Amino acid sequence: MKKLMLIASAAAIGLMAGAATAQDQVEIVYIPKNTGNPYFDSIIGGFADACAELGCSFTTVAPATAEATSQIPFITAQIQRGVDVIAISPNSPDALNQVFDRARSRGIQVLIVNSDIPGSEDHRDAAILPVDFTTIGPAQVELLGSMINYDGEIAILSATTDAPDQNVWIADMQTVLESDDAYADMELVTIAYGDDDPQKSTTEAEALLANYPDLAGIISPTTVGVAAAAQVVETAGRAPDLQVTGLGTPNQMRRFIENGTVEAFQLWSPYNQGVLAAHFAMGVNDGSITNEPGQTFDVPNLGTITIGDDNVILTQDQPTTFNADNIDDFNF
Amino acid sequence: MSATETFDAAKARPLWHRIVVRPESVTLLLLIAAVFVSAWLSPFFADLRFVLESATFYIEFGIIALMLTLVVVSGEIDLSVAATMALSACLFGIAHRAGLGMPVAILIGLGSGALMGLFNGVLVTVFRLPSIIATIGTMVLYRGIAQVIAGDRSVGGFPDWFVGIDFIAVGIVPVPVIIFVVLAILLGLVLGSTLFGRQIYQTGTNPIAARHAGIRVDRLKMILFTASGLTSAVGGLLMASRLGVVRYDLATGGELQVVLIVMLGGTYIFGGRGTIAGTFLALWLLIIIQTGMTVANIAIEAQLTVLGLLLILAIISANAIYAGGRR
Amino acid sequence: MTALGRLVRVREAGLVVMLVILAVVVGAIQPRFLTIATLDIILLAIPLILVAAMGQMMVIVARHVDLSIGSILGFASIAVGMMFRDIPEMPLWLGFILAIAIGAGLGLVNGLIIALFRLPAIIVTLGTLSLYRGLIFILSGGRQVDPNHIPEALIRMAQTSPIGVPWIVIIAFFTALLAYVFLRHLRLGREIYAAGSNPDAARLRGIRVNRVTLVVFSLSGAMAGLAGLMYAARFGYVNPGITGVGFELTVIAAVVIGGVSINGGIGTVPGVVLGVLLLGAVSVALPILGISGFWQDAIYGAIIVIALIVDGSVRAGGLVRLVTGRGG
Repeated sequence: MKKLMLIASAAAIGLMAGAATAQDQVEIVYIPKNTGNPYFDSIIGGFADACAELGCSFTTVAPATAEATSQIPFITAQIQRGVDVIAISPNSPDALNQVFDRARSRGIQVLIVNSDIPGSEDHRDAAILPVDFTTIGPAQVELLGSMINYDGEIAILSATTDAPDQNVWIADMQTVLESDDAYADMELVTIAYGDDDPQKSTTEAEALLANYPDLAGIISPTTVGVAAAAQVVETAGRAPDLQVTGLGTPNQMRRFIENGTVEAFQLWSPYNQGVLAAHFAMGVNDGSITNEPGQTFDVPNLGTITIGDDNVILTQDQPTTFNADNIDDFNF
Repeated sequence: MSATETFDAAKARPLWHRIVVRPESVTLLLLIAAVFVSAWLSPFFADLRFVLESATFYIEFGIIALMLTLVVVSGEIDLSVAATMALSACLFGIAHRAGLGMPVAILIGLGSGALMGLFNGVLVTVFRLPSIIATIGTMVLYRGIAQVIAGDRSVGGFPDWFVGIDFIAVGIVPVPVIIFVVLAILLGLVLGSTLFGRQIYQTGTNPIAARHAGIRVDRLKMILFTASGLTSAVGGLLMASRLGVVRYDLATGGELQVVLIVMLGGTYIFGGRGTIAGTFLALWLLIIIQTGMTVANIAIEAQLTVLGLLLILAIISANAIYAGGRR
Repeated sequence: MTALGRLVRVREAGLVVMLVILAVVVGAIQPRFLTIATLDIILLAIPLILVAAMGQMMVIVARHVDLSIGSILGFASIAVGMMFRDIPEMPLWLGFILAIAIGAGLGLVNGLIIALFRLPAIIVTLGTLSLYRGLIFILSGGRQVDPNHIPEALIRMAQTSPIGVPWIVIIAFFTALLAYVFLRHLRLGREIYAAGSNPDAARLRGIRVNRVTLVVFSLSGAMAGLAGLMYAARFGYVNPGITGVGFELTVIAAVVIGGVSINGGIGTVPGVVLGVLLLGAVSVALPILGISGFWQDAIYGAIIVIALIVDGSVRAGGLVRLVTGRGG
């Protein structure tokens, strides 16, 4: 009986302490594009681990679909909950501007994570990007070039025709293919769009194989596309004469690396993005970081980070290349 | 209505029974319960200003649900409403981008919505297709056309006076909520106390008898489908104002929400029964449930499950009550 | 009835003509469309739709509709995918049986709600579409089953077989053959037509209409479950938020195009197979021609609406006289 009361009072104290710390702790919420997306689960992992270390309270909520407006009720609810920081990977570059403004007018820090909102930079405090996006195009071309001896027809399988990040990378790829003599023998024959839908991406990849029998390589700078392209090449038995590379997650691509369909692909660390975003948010919140371009701050394991123009913060400079040698070191 | 009324009279249910045991009372009870559960789930819920603000996310569907109630009472259904919203909003956005001026663009948006509704009406009355399938077909078609004309791009750049209608409030009540309430009163009067309203009930209860009674059933349905398209376009414009941009995938899956509201309000899926009051209450029920679960950080998968269950429970209970009243 | 029979045959002939026209037109613009390689692509594009369409056609012939098949497909594939992941020694055949059984179970739930409470299938399955999708997220914890957890043997079924044509294509056409035999030669199959063309008359003739309802929804669910495993084979992974979303509309489109009357009672397996082939050919023709995938839904929608209008005009009587030369 005594023991029971002890437990009860301990629980009561615990509850009160919980309530007290919840008051004091900085509350960070992260809203990914949608649930069930393993890529964003890694970002969540980064946030959670960093918050455990830094002593912030972290939650994550997400809509079921990545439709342009589906995140709005969630943001409004978080404003009502009075969180301190809303970190979000937005489903639209502009449809959320109104609600972002409302959050910021209540003193909430709005951080964009994973891709910026071009043209709407005024509506957020800062953007955490995984990598310097200007390096993606050239790095992908170089990777594929090294796999096909810098010779032959290549194609690109992208997401949608209007995907902003992909379009920047593709433009960079085209520039480097034309301007750099090392790629003089590589000919970009077409750009296909699979809308980030497995079915459409697969059909588009199959059409690439049918339309260009001499195709030597496919670059797919989107996780759904590169998996679909690899699956199609494996089904058609065209590896290694037809090389596939792109941006993919290790777990999604592991099988193709192991069975030799894909030699190498690239990405960055979504986990580190979460870590960086949590450190930045906490620093700004306690005043140790000034959110101004040119300012720097340190993050354990990530080194010194500089806030760039337009308050854009890069997690790493170059994409990471995954191949048979290192893929077992990654699990996301 | 007359046929069922004599039926009811023959059975002579006590007055209190007829007033209390009806699907709308179930909706009202659920609404009250939802308010308490939501307040219990999260300390942040019980804030009228917040609830009204959150209401603006669902009000577009509520407005469409009001008109859909009339359609369902007449014995039909319109599943293309969300696609109509998207296509009319995209046409509006593209017209504005082409430099046609806001008044013309708004007219194009509303007119195209009415035309889409009219086309549904033609399929149902001229080609005698069940509306349930015909409007699934046009749902795919309208959404597909929106995708073709708007691509994956947001169309925006609307003038300041047009953007953010949900931020304009009278007291603490946002304008879209007022529009909803006014439309609910108007349609409530149309359905409840006009000849046209009685004809809608008669058509839904027994179309053949209605035809014999001299009601021009096809014309009535044509009017209702056109009105449904027009209301969907209004919903699309409200959404465009709230977001400041339009996209082809606007309101994806919205037909489920709209049908859910109408069913939750106790409208009989086979026609002939239902009230605007029920739909009015049902919208608030949906707002409270979704807002309450979201502010309590309840995962979306649980929310989907609850919504699916609610829809099924709502039709089962409405069905049971109507069947009980007839037996 | 002979007029009706002739009409059905006219519909099938019409589909063949449309397929030929499509092949000729696309082939004229892009000769590569008329190669064996393209035929392979089309054959790989259709197995999921074909299998699910067999179930859906029975539902529609029985005067219902099943909107929940996309969620059932997702549920079965996630559930079995997780079992493959967590119990690596589980044999492949057991996976197939489980996927079909899970699908049949979810379909049976649809059928029970519809039959017991006398509710319209479209609303009930609209509800379970959302309900089952929610359950998928709960079951999987929102996590996808990655490619390296899908058995190699399963993925190979989408790639090859002893006779060269991938196993999933063989399974799909074999399923269609079974459906054909079931609907034409078994009593239960014929009862589906009777119950769909006139439920009251069917009841008077001693057909248990409720049992027919349960059977068609269970079969539709079972087929969706089978399609779920074929999805895992073909795409190599299953994702709670992607797998099966929107699948129901493609399947219903194929069935309606294949000449199954939405008023119940009419429709043939060969017609549906042709409808599936036509949709598959369109979906492959677009990328071969370099047309944006954005057009696909609009084209599907237009085909559905046109098929519905044809269906409506036929029943309104005009076309029957026109085609058969006698009264409808």
